[in-house]
Amino acid sequence: MSQSGVAHAVYGIIRRDILIVFRRRADAMTTAFFFVIVTSLFPLGIGPEPAVLRSIAPGVLWVAALLSCLLSLNRLFTSDYQDGALEQLVLVPQPLTVLVMAKVAAHWLLSGLPLVVLSPLLGMQYGLSGESVGILMFSLLLGTPTLSLIGAIGAALTLGVRGSSVLVALLALPLFIPVLIFGAGAVSNQMAGIGAEANLSLLGACLLLALVLAPWATSAALRLAVE
Amino acid sequence: MNINWFRYSSTQAFYPVAGNMIPWCAVAALALIGAGLYLGFFVAPTDFQQKEAYRIIFVHVPAAWMSMFLYVVMALWAGIGLGLNARPSFMMAQAIAPTGAMFTFLALLTGALWGKPTWGTWWVWDARLTSELILLFLYIGVMLLRTSIDDLRRADRASAIFALVGVVNVPIIYFSVRWWNTLHQGASVSATAAPKMAATMLLAMLLMTLGFWAYSFVVVLTRMRCVILERERISSITKTVSGELSMEVS
Repeated sequence: MSQSGVAHAVYGIIRRDILIVFRRRADAMTTAFFFVIVTSLFPLGIGPEPAVLRSIAPGVLWVAALLSCLLSLNRLFTSDYQDGALEQLVLVPQPLTVLVMAKVAAHWLLSGLPLVVLSPLLGMQYGLSGESVGILMFSLLLGTPTLSLIGAIGAALTLGVRGSSVLVALLALPLFIPVLIFGAGAVSNQMAGIGAEANLSLLGACLLLALVLAPWATSAALRLAVE
Repeated sequence: MNINWFRYSSTQAFYPVAGNMIPWCAVAALALIGAGLYLGFFVAPTDFQQKEAYRIIFVHVPAAWMSMFLYVVMALWAGIGLGLNARPSFMMAQAIAPTGAMFTFLALLTGALWGKPTWGTWWVWDARLTSELILLFLYIGVMLLRTSIDDLRRADRASAIFALVGVVNVPIIYFSVRWWNTLHQGASVSATAAPKMAATMLLAMLLMTLGFWAYSFVVVLTRMRCVILERERISSITKTVSGELSMEVS
């Protein structure tokens, strides 16, 4: 009952969330398009000089990924909150932390993974070398799940609150900052020849910490929102 | 001996106790800060490298210590409130947040004023300054989250959860100078090793820290009393005396 029940619930939630988004594909694609458009704005604003673009590339790409993740957070819980599905999720016997992890996993597959897949293209637009692009992809692969997990805390805390979209940004961004620093730092260190291992290890550590602590905080916030 | 640990978890019991503590803490704050500033500005010797510019340490370091300490205390009260479902604990966390934010801002401001003559720059994005800035954002987030939610109970608990999530940042600030190569200097005062500062400087700094702590007591307790009056204003334990809210003294 317990082990198969939990796995069944997790699979069910991931499948449901992906199905729902696939029925309105525009929702998920807008965040990917946002990522592409924002990264295209910077060369237009700053000028096309390759050396400058190469040096700002890690920061710009990472900030754009961060902002895309922030934009996609309102999709995470609000529709379930509004139609009552969230209440049912809180009431089922399976542990809410695991269900939250499932929802965040589905969210990451739909809005974080596309960023990872798109990043080589945009990296080459900025003139990054192949190796740097590889480090960029890997840093985004480690970082975007962390952003989804931390963002889920902010999304859950502001469910149904007036002006929640700006409030989520204000709550989540201070907690995003270390991930941004390590992620962009990994790529720029690799470009400088120092090596990206330190920053990538720290990114991994942030991911593990978020995996353990964020679902707990998110489920506490969800129970609070649903009461 | 039976200690009633929850004796002051009633606002009606806590209100007069806080009122009695405030004058004593105010006197202590004035005395300690006065002594600390006198020692720091007039008695402590001139620094060998930085000449007189170092004296801002007597405001900067105590403010930074208080900013981290108050965040941990606020998170502690938030945790107690969540765990015991005690409203006054949430009120205490609400009372601490603005003072903590003020000290964080003061630490950043005095740090910038100190950095300009000594490092040559107002600001640098090293680990300690960045994490202290994050602390300021976290304080502001705690306060904003509380004011944005209309339902009082939900506002209390949401800002308590957020305060607890953010407490991860405090050890990062503390250990940042050890873990990273930062422009900010490392620890000169440690609990386990001899201090690397002259004794008068250390004494002045400690006096200022205790003075800021006493000041925090005064301000936080006053704010707590205001929060109690605001929240209890529709209940029978408050009364209006010549147009001002006050509480029944039982």
